[in-house]
Amino acid sequence: MTSTEYYNDHVVRLFLLASAVWGIIGMLIGMYAAAELAWPSLNLGISWMTFSHIRPDHTFGVIFAFGGSALMGTCYYVVQRTGHTRLAWGGLAEFTFWGWQLICVLAMATMPFGITQSKEYAEPEWFIDILIAIVWVSFGAVFFATLARRRIHHIYVANWYYGAFIIAVGLLHIVNNLAVPVSLTKSYPIYSGVVDAMVQWWYGHNAVAFFLTAGFLGMMYYFVPRQAQQPLWSYRFSIVNFWALISIYMWAGSHHLMYTALPDWVQSVGMAFSLVLLMPSWGSAANGLLTFNGSWHRLKSDPAAKFMVIALVFYAAATFEGSMMAIKTVNSLSHYTDWTIAHVHSGSLGWVAMITIGSLYAMAPRALGRPAMHSNAAMELHFWLHTSGTLLYVIAMWIAGVTEGMMWRATQADGTLTYAFIDSLLAIKPLYAVRWFGGVLIWLGMWVMAWNLWYTAADARKRIIKPIPVPIPEPVPLQTPAPLPVSG
Amino acid sequence: MAYRHFEFIEKHAWTLGILTAVMVSLGGLAEITPLFVQAHSVKPPANVKPYDPLRLAGRDVYVREGCYLCHSQMIRALRFETQRYGHFSTAEESLYDRPFQWGSKRTGPDLARVGGKYSDEWQRAHLLDPRAVVPQSNMPAYPWLATASVDGTDIAARMRTLRTLGDPYSDADIGGAAKAVQGKTDLDALVAYLQGLGIANEPQPAQTAGTSPVPIEESSP
Repeated sequence: MTSTEYYNDHVVRLFLLASAVWGIIGMLIGMYAAAELAWPSLNLGISWMTFSHIRPDHTFGVIFAFGGSALMGTCYYVVQRTGHTRLAWGGLAEFTFWGWQLICVLAMATMPFGITQSKEYAEPEWFIDILIAIVWVSFGAVFFATLARRRIHHIYVANWYYGAFIIAVGLLHIVNNLAVPVSLTKSYPIYSGVVDAMVQWWYGHNAVAFFLTAGFLGMMYYFVPRQAQQPLWSYRFSIVNFWALISIYMWAGSHHLMYTALPDWVQSVGMAFSLVLLMPSWGSAANGLLTFNGSWHRLKSDPAAKFMVIALVFYAAATFEGSMMAIKTVNSLSHYTDWTIAHVHSGSLGWVAMITIGSLYAMAPRALGRPAMHSNAAMELHFWLHTSGTLLYVIAMWIAGVTEGMMWRATQADGTLTYAFIDSLLAIKPLYAVRWFGGVLIWLGMWVMAWNLWYTAADARKRIIKPIPVPIPEPVPLQTPAPLPVSG
Repeated sequence: MAYRHFEFIEKHAWTLGILTAVMVSLGGLAEITPLFVQAHSVKPPANVKPYDPLRLAGRDVYVREGCYLCHSQMIRALRFETQRYGHFSTAEESLYDRPFQWGSKRTGPDLARVGGKYSDEWQRAHLLDPRAVVPQSNMPAYPWLATASVDGTDIAARMRTLRTLGDPYSDADIGGAAKAVQGKTDLDALVAYLQGLGIANEPQPAQTAGTSPVPIEESSP
């Protein structure tokens, strides 16, 4: 027996398309910014093409436009399927799509022209921030209203992460962007100095925690078992990790401000919680990887699964690295250097982009009414382009970062500094070219994905076959999670 | 906790949402609230003044151009940092900084105490074409700064907004703003801001009864 309702995949398809387009745009800007660091005259004397003007466009483009579209699309896809229900408030869901795209266009069209708050990852000015808040609340309303009309009593863990992502990002965004406008294009934050620094890095760090981690873990908890075609390794473990992750992450932001004018106790608290944070991080990674146990042969034939497995490995590696970098002694070397850039990109290109790409490859055929992606070979090519590009990028920036850190602190026998600042720049300049080349490979991979998606959607575009609506199955009566073992 | 309690959370969206909101709020409350309380109880030292109109205009150019993406303004309390850049930065120094510009990456050197290290002419030449002064530099050129002029009425409006946020500008300060920036370009303003960094507000050694002030270089390890 099936219900007469169908899943609302229209808005999912829109987000899927937007995500692919923003991925290409965001990474193109990143590539150009990387090239400018190696060859500085590339700004051509034009203000809006200069590194300091386009870098916020790169970060906003890949995090909020590419990642945000992928998160909202998969969230709508997952909450319907895990609740056996159609999305609530279809019109509002459509509004969240167009609203979010408007925000991305507005932000990326204003920031290069100097209309910016200059707070990292929160650069858009006040009028865009208000729009973000409105769309975000609507997104939360659609999500929780869908959850409320679910026909499966038990809320699947992926929705926990999506829910925490929505609640926390809304909170962070509003608190960090409180400002008094002077004009349409300029505002001053209500915080100043040390308080502004703490609020900003509480936001900055937890944008990573809840946008780039909790949201994508939600994606992982649905698509990894789906692609491995077996249940999660341990459901209970995922719940323990959830509470640990969301409560500990919020304490760790101050590790971005080690040895600064921030009170010492806040720095120490941040360091302690950053170390504890390793446990739920590795717990989630292990849970995902162990889900593939007995299913590893799928990696030979399924590039989407391969993307997911490597994503989880990068997640484990980047969270380990992050906890280590939060140790004050290590931080004294790594802070302000390209090591930070390496860390961020092993997290964003390795973990975030790969779990997204894997999930898009898993979701796209289903949302487009096709049995599989158009080309398996193209997915394979994308995998190798992305993996080799990421490794080149990250390794180049690791070497650069450690070199800078060592040179800045090197002293001669008489206690004077060994190197001038410019010496460290000269030492790492060739690595900036290597990093740029890694970026080119990743960007080419995104084009391969776009090509593949375009042809997968061919039938849907020509309307020869309309995308097959997926009927919603009737839930099993009295469904409860599997009974727990009595002991051990 | 018995499993049935967890089971309740797992089956009730409202409970789940509220508990999540509580758990994510704890960390921020614990770390940010004390700083707020502290910030309100601390009086600014006598030598830390809000930015004058030209330097405020220059600071806003610095913010607008995104200089913080490659330059920090935060000298950490580490020996190799103080040796290279001067006395470590203190909380009072950024009291009037909205937003703070401590930065997170040094593609170029720290600027917290760059004021007075180079001449005004050097700063101008360097901003217009960095490689004319430092051939190996990878800093972009900012030639458009020389042609844009500072808007006096806009600066006055900015100072009024800052006053509502608590910065102690007098009516005379705001009234004289337009005159102070008349005929100045963005480049003039930015150079004035850079040349003031770490000059007026460098911490002075504490004067305690019976002891002479100890120079920082000798007291640090």
